[in-house]
Amino acid sequence: MMGKLWVCMLVLSFFCAILFGKTSELSSSVLGGAEASVELCISISGLILLWSGVMEIMKKSGLMDKIAKIITPVIGFLFPKAKKDKQIMADISANVSANLLGLGNAATPPGIRAAEGLHRLSGKNSASDDMCMLVVINTASLQLIPTTIGAIRASCGASVPFDIIPAIWVASIISLVAGVFSAKLMARFYRR
Amino acid sequence: MDISVFSKLIVPAIIVFVCIYGLVKKCDVWNAFLDGAVSGVKILYKILPSLVALLTAVYMLRASGALDLLSHLLSPVTGFLGIPAECLSLGILRPFSGSAALALGTDVIKEFGPDSEIGRIAAVMLGSAETTFYTIAVYFGALKLNKTRYAIPAALIADLAGYVGSVIAVKLFF
Repeated sequence: MMGKLWVCMLVLSFFCAILFGKTSELSSSVLGGAEASVELCISISGLILLWSGVMEIMKKSGLMDKIAKIITPVIGFLFPKAKKDKQIMADISANVSANLLGLGNAATPPGIRAAEGLHRLSGKNSASDDMCMLVVINTASLQLIPTTIGAIRASCGASVPFDIIPAIWVASIISLVAGVFSAKLMARFYRR
Repeated sequence: MDISVFSKLIVPAIIVFVCIYGLVKKCDVWNAFLDGAVSGVKILYKILPSLVALLTAVYMLRASGALDLLSHLLSPVTGFLGIPAECLSLGILRPFSGSAALALGTDVIKEFGPDSEIGRIAAVMLGSAETTFYTIAVYFGALKLNKTRYAIPAALIADLAGYVGSVIAVKLFF
């Protein structure tokens, strides 16, 4: 999948450059792109390391478990069938709170465990409503502090790198509500 | 509270709060931080190779005029939704590849400036969407399910709503 996308990008730009007569720009862009990627990685590394460290304190001190407990009632509303299964609910809460904190890597293992639990609950070979909801929630990515974006804006010289946080929250909530709403709506029309 | 004060203080406030909470709960704050930072190094180690591949491709796309062509072709759609043409290719790439979108988004932010409207919209779009197809592949792949039912359309509707929401939110706040 990624390989195909990448090759498409390369081939498209190669032929466009010939077509539009931009061959010299193309050759310098190869060098510029490779150089810029390393520069970008270095310039965001400080904030990413700092945040990963703070998140680990959050995990080890039990603060993350507390956040998971707070959001459990909200999750029960979204997953009516799995509400009674404590293990599934715990996994979903862990998944959602890790996503909220921007820990993509920490979110996936409990997420997959929750999906397996939901699969066991439905016992079918097609995705259950709860499972579709889990995927929709995971793709909407509501994140409290978007560190990577902040780091990128800082490296580009933004005056207040994190001033877009409220805007990101609003956009994420719009995206999440649209996803949840369309999932609940489509659940009525799709055959199980 | 003034929104700019909030934005300036939220990151340091969280760091201070988490550290105090850790101390109160008698957690080894220092070593926990170091362990976590090492996992941050691993993240960087993992994203650099794909960033090199994709940022080079994005630079080539831009230099060759392919990106202008794509934005031009899709401008009627984006004009209708109010999404700036420069951010459109970002929106197309976002569901497929996080690092490609990150690379392209950085490029847009750099070119227009992080405090410009387009730069802000690009940042909000990056921050409010996920790598949808990757996530779907991970979850359904782990279970070996063959019928995804409405998971993909619902997730894509969420992404699209997020893009339109990004434009609205930026216009609202700035």
